[in-house]
Amino acid sequence: MLKTFSKGGVHPAENKLSAEQSIKTLPIPKTVTIPISQHIGAPATVIVKKNDIVKVGQIIAQSGGFVSANIHSSVSGKVTKIDSFMDSSGYKKQAVVIDVEGDEWDESIVKNNEVIRDCNLSSEEIIKKVGELGIVGLGGATFPSQVKLSVPKGMTAEVLIINGVECEPYLTSDHRLMLEKGLEMLVGTSILMKALNVTKAIVGIENNKKDAIEHLTKLSEKFSGIEVQALKVKYPQGGEKQLIKALINREVPSGGLPIAVGAVVHNVGTAYAVYEAVQKNKPLFERVVSVTGKSVKNPSNYLTRIGTSVSELIEAAGGLPEDTGKVISGGPMMGKALNTIDVPVTKGTSGVLIIPEGESRRGKVSDCIRCSKCVSVCPMGLEPFLLMTVAEKQNYERAEKEKTMDCIECGSCSYTCPSNRPLLDYIRLSKFEVGKIMRSRKS
Amino acid sequence: MSEIVIYTIITVSVIGIIAAIILFFASQKFKVYEDPKIDLVEEALPTANCGGCGYPGCRNFAEACVKADDLSNLYCPVGGNEVMKNVAEILGKNAVDKEKQVAVIRCSGSYNVRSRTNNYDGAENCTIVANLYSGDTGCQFGCLGLGECVDACGFDAMYMDEETGLPVVIQDKCTACGDCVRACPKDIIELRNAGKKDRRIFVSCINEEKGGIAKKSCEVACIGCSLCVKACNYDAIEINNFLAYIDYEKCVLCRKCVDVCPTGSIHEINFPARKIKPQKKEKSENPDLVKIAKDKNSSETKE
Repeated sequence: MLKTFSKGGVHPAENKLSAEQSIKTLPIPKTVTIPISQHIGAPATVIVKKNDIVKVGQIIAQSGGFVSANIHSSVSGKVTKIDSFMDSSGYKKQAVVIDVEGDEWDESIVKNNEVIRDCNLSSEEIIKKVGELGIVGLGGATFPSQVKLSVPKGMTAEVLIINGVECEPYLTSDHRLMLEKGLEMLVGTSILMKALNVTKAIVGIENNKKDAIEHLTKLSEKFSGIEVQALKVKYPQGGEKQLIKALINREVPSGGLPIAVGAVVHNVGTAYAVYEAVQKNKPLFERVVSVTGKSVKNPSNYLTRIGTSVSELIEAAGGLPEDTGKVISGGPMMGKALNTIDVPVTKGTSGVLIIPEGESRRGKVSDCIRCSKCVSVCPMGLEPFLLMTVAEKQNYERAEKEKTMDCIECGSCSYTCPSNRPLLDYIRLSKFEVGKIMRSRKS
Repeated sequence: MSEIVIYTIITVSVIGIIAAIILFFASQKFKVYEDPKIDLVEEALPTANCGGCGYPGCRNFAEACVKADDLSNLYCPVGGNEVMKNVAEILGKNAVDKEKQVAVIRCSGSYNVRSRTNNYDGAENCTIVANLYSGDTGCQFGCLGLGECVDACGFDAMYMDEETGLPVVIQDKCTACGDCVRACPKDIIELRNAGKKDRRIFVSCINEEKGGIAKKSCEVACIGCSLCVKACNYDAIEINNFLAYIDYEKCVLCRKCVDVCPTGSIHEINFPARKIKPQKKEKSENPDLVKIAKDKNSSETKE
């Protein structure tokens, strides 16, 4: 019996169409648009000016606080515009536009594929480097990694969990990364272990990626303290709290962080980015993006420079199919439908999913029939139907009492509701409003 | 048998008398003095409990009126000057005269002038769309068309026009309580003075984008060309962030700005239809402006 988390969960059709496609490098585009807010927390501050010449990996925006991240140029060329542009949120945010000229990398970046295993840096030095080179969580939430690595006083990390679950249907970027860059990823893991001062790391992978489990198990024999654990396929196992429950059977308290139970979770993509940052001095300026969907001609995984337009990715995968109903940034469960495909790929873009017209519409909304399916699938043990009702009535004090802030927005409730009720939309609204109330209370 | 009845009656009466005595002393001890004027004022109010005055209900407003030294900061928008006058009479204070106001929708991006760039099929709630998504048009400022203002209106003074997808205010029913203003997450609705003979002029757009971008997403957007500012002789129009705003206190309803607006984003309401000849004359008085406006119009039609 494979391990998994205990409460709730659903199992949508996996549709991992691009799982067999090895990672290809997307040609460098003519221009890139690099938003300065690609992470959770304060936006970065632009430090380049119009007409500046930048190199690949050169810092263009400085971190704007403790929870923030540096932004680096992903191409070499000339800064042509610093203005507001639409990003995947649908709103205009400040971004730097760079016209590409050649591909000249910053001298400090080691540009070869040789795997360096030894790392002589101390814990503080590693954390500093991860912060400087703009590494953020690549699982989708884009939380600045150096914040996660800086363990608060009075708490100790006991175990590092590497998230290779990729529970979202369709997406395969982490899967391919584990297969093709497994060794580098494990070196990154051991660097993260050193930074956190822990002796144990567990790589959690869902059992639908048997080849990755086998590959990494073999490789991990060469590393002390790293264990690979196969997990039962269940969504949302990739959620931090669910993965901790599945792997070490501990429950993160309500409102708490994983560190409260001695665990720190990082995505496999982050582990690889940390390896590149620490061993090769390479900032986070490219990432693997899956371009997939049933109607896509060639579903593939592309190593893409940050700031490349989503439309170019789609073009590379065979163009936008005629019957496209929705283009989603991310996976089908947690991703966000784009309202134009001329938005840049950011650090958090794990995939671009194209859904044909016939499948893209939400069903007709009808009344709640009290079947309680949403309650039984909620992995956080919440009552989504109740949270939606109180949000509709704008009773946000009650929503707070009913722990709306614990919602991880996995969308299992909306997915399972037979009445097609927009449960998550309302829960997100109540989270937004309750968050506002909580902040005003603090200040 | 009859004994039981008698005993029962006696016992119950004794309990009743004792309770009455306790209640009498309790009511003496815990008596809260309430100004009888509060009741009178409340009666004079419309008792719609709409919250337009800034108080949760009419009773609270009445209490505030009685307590206040003067009524200059207190005003019931639903009752208007007449009700405030009555309230002032009851209290022996002076009421302020305010001009009648009415809600106006500052967006005219109907289906045929503001193209839909995508289909939104999520929750039908303006606040959700405004906070989490960006709606289904290219304009990030305009009306989302899901009717939260209509739901908020307690006077049936609003409805959604299905042809345009925009809310409409029924002027006669609007009490300017401001519930729709508070309900709109995009701040599109504004309370403006109803104006002389109910005539009003306002900019029906809140798009703060640069002209080109605004025009691309909506044909009737204000592009911030400032032709109206130049046309206005009374300094009533200001442009901030490529968006014109007409100050209703200064506006004299001359309609010059309406004439020069190249996109038609300045609306006039309840004016009599124009005669064609005098309009031409009026235009020729300002040949430069007309020329600019014409050029702009023609260049846009060419595009």
